[in-house]
Amino acid sequence: MYDFNNLYEPKDIREALQMKMEYPNALILAGGSDILIKIRSGRLAGCDLINIYGLEELRGICMEDDGTILIRPLTSFSHVTAHPLIKQYIPTLGEAVDQIGGPQIRNIGTIGGNICNGVTSADSASTLKAFDAMLELSSINGVRILPYAEFSLGPGKVDLREGELLTGIRITKDSYENTYGQYLKYSMRKAMDIATLGCSVNVRLTKDKKAIDRLRIGFGVAAPTPIRATTAETAGNGHVLDSSLLDLVAGKACEDVNPRTSWRASKEFRMHLIKELAKRALKTSIEKAGGKIDG
Amino acid sequence: MAKKLITCTINGEKVENYVDVRASLTDMLRNDYELTSVKKGCEVGECGACTVLINGEPFNSCIYLAIWADGKDILTLEGLTDKEGTISDIQQAFIDEGAVQCGFCTPGFIMSSLPIINSDREFTRDEIKKNISGNFCRCTGYQNIVNAIEKTAKARKANKTRQK
Ligand SMILES: Cc1cc2nc3c(=O)[nH]c(=O)nc-3n(C[C@H](O)[C@H](O)[C@H](O)COP(=O)(O)OP(=O)(O)OC[C@H]3O[C@@H](n4cnc5c(N)ncnc54)[C@H](O)[C@@H]3O)c2cc1C
Ligand code: FES
Ligand code: FES
Repeated sequence: MYDFNNLYEPKDIREALQMKMEYPNALILAGGSDILIKIRSGRLAGCDLINIYGLEELRGICMEDDGTILIRPLTSFSHVTAHPLIKQYIPTLGEAVDQIGGPQIRNIGTIGGNICNGVTSADSASTLKAFDAMLELSSINGVRILPYAEFSLGPGKVDLREGELLTGIRITKDSYENTYGQYLKYSMRKAMDIATLGCSVNVRLTKDKKAIDRLRIGFGVAAPTPIRATTAETAGNGHVLDSSLLDLVAGKACEDVNPRTSWRASKEFRMHLIKELAKRALKTSIEKAGGKIDG
Repeated sequence: MAKKLITCTINGEKVENYVDVRASLTDMLRNDYELTSVKKGCEVGECGACTVLINGEPFNSCIYLAIWADGKDILTLEGLTDKEGTISDIQQAFIDEGAVQCGFCTPGFIMSSLPIINSDREFTRDEIKKNISGNFCRCTGYQNIVNAIEKTAKARKANKTRQK
């Protein structure tokens, strides 16, 4: 038995939003792979829950008229990975979430829960940041659209305001079109382990494939929240594909990050990983895009 | 505490029951339906001993609320034996390959192997390992478990081609 107090069961989104307003202290229960664990450990024992797991309107992936890809928050990791739109247009995201936990966790865990819990190690976070995801935050009073870049406020803290639910994650066509990317997760074990460091890169090359048109880099566990490495991106934008590029971008990334020492790894080791993963992910992304360093 | 009427299919049979809203699916399967192949290991999603298939996909029943099972199709290890209680090819393969020692993890591993052995696609050894990476075994060292799954997958494929 789980030790929670009240369980509210909305029939649809509208009722869920009403309940969120009415019971401000009740927690949203999606797949539960964070919340139920915390209830079991006693940290959230006795809490109230609003169970949205059954709301099918909040599940699934589609393409909107302008080519934007819309991911509903309750979509499980395994369904993100398997979805034809993700495979075709944003495979980097599907590959990133395929590195979470194990198969059972990827079937229950939701992509919305992964970014709403606000932890820096969330494996979908760096890729969603690197693809400039836009969040649809709904309350009974209306909808607020917020760049995911502005959503993280601190460890475990996100900009979900009173009565709000995450109801959509969007990646625009301009963001994913002609881009090629790579997510690298460094962890002690290949499965069932959270990232010591995560790095997600995507590039769009110029038409002649000689230079970088647009570079985007996101990191997890490189700072208290998932981050974009904008200094590194600026350094890489427009740069020709020569041997100085990888070192330049990796070096600049160090200015964007602020890792800490934890029982998993020291700050120094994380700095090393930041440079090394950025280089490797950038190199692979360029190769996937059909470019060649010093080619 | 509030109870809720839950209707679902368990091992091919349609059932309904009032369950405590705080119960996990493990609690429901073990206590209400005596399906004790569903093990309580860690109860926090780490070990896979409680794995069941829900609409064909493996889930840890310990971190799945029983009320979520409403309308779902659930398969536990008990559902693999036939009416006379004869065990299935994958269970036999676990025995033959020495993939069972204390046996506590075995039902979970077998449930996690079903998407592999039921698939028309061939899985590499690495892919098999990835598919069972949410299951822990403290005894066998895993190699024999992978052998049993690989062997069953091959045998089923050979059978299918023969029938064609
Ligand atoms: C064994 C195990 C291994 C794991 N391994 C990994 C891993 O390798 N990588 C990784 O990134 N994570 C991992 N996790 C963590 C977890 O699976 C993910 O963070 C998952 O995405 C959480 O989503 P959920 O829907 O299951 O969670 P929930 O517990 O239901 O929700 C998580 C948080 O988000 C809030 N929330 C959820 N949906 C919404 C919404 N639509 N609007 C507003 N708030 C919402 C909830 O209130 C809660 O605070 C692991 C967990 C377990 C148990
Ligand atoms: S008992 Fe469910 S995963 Fe361990
Ligand atoms: S056989 Fe003992 S835990 Fe696997």
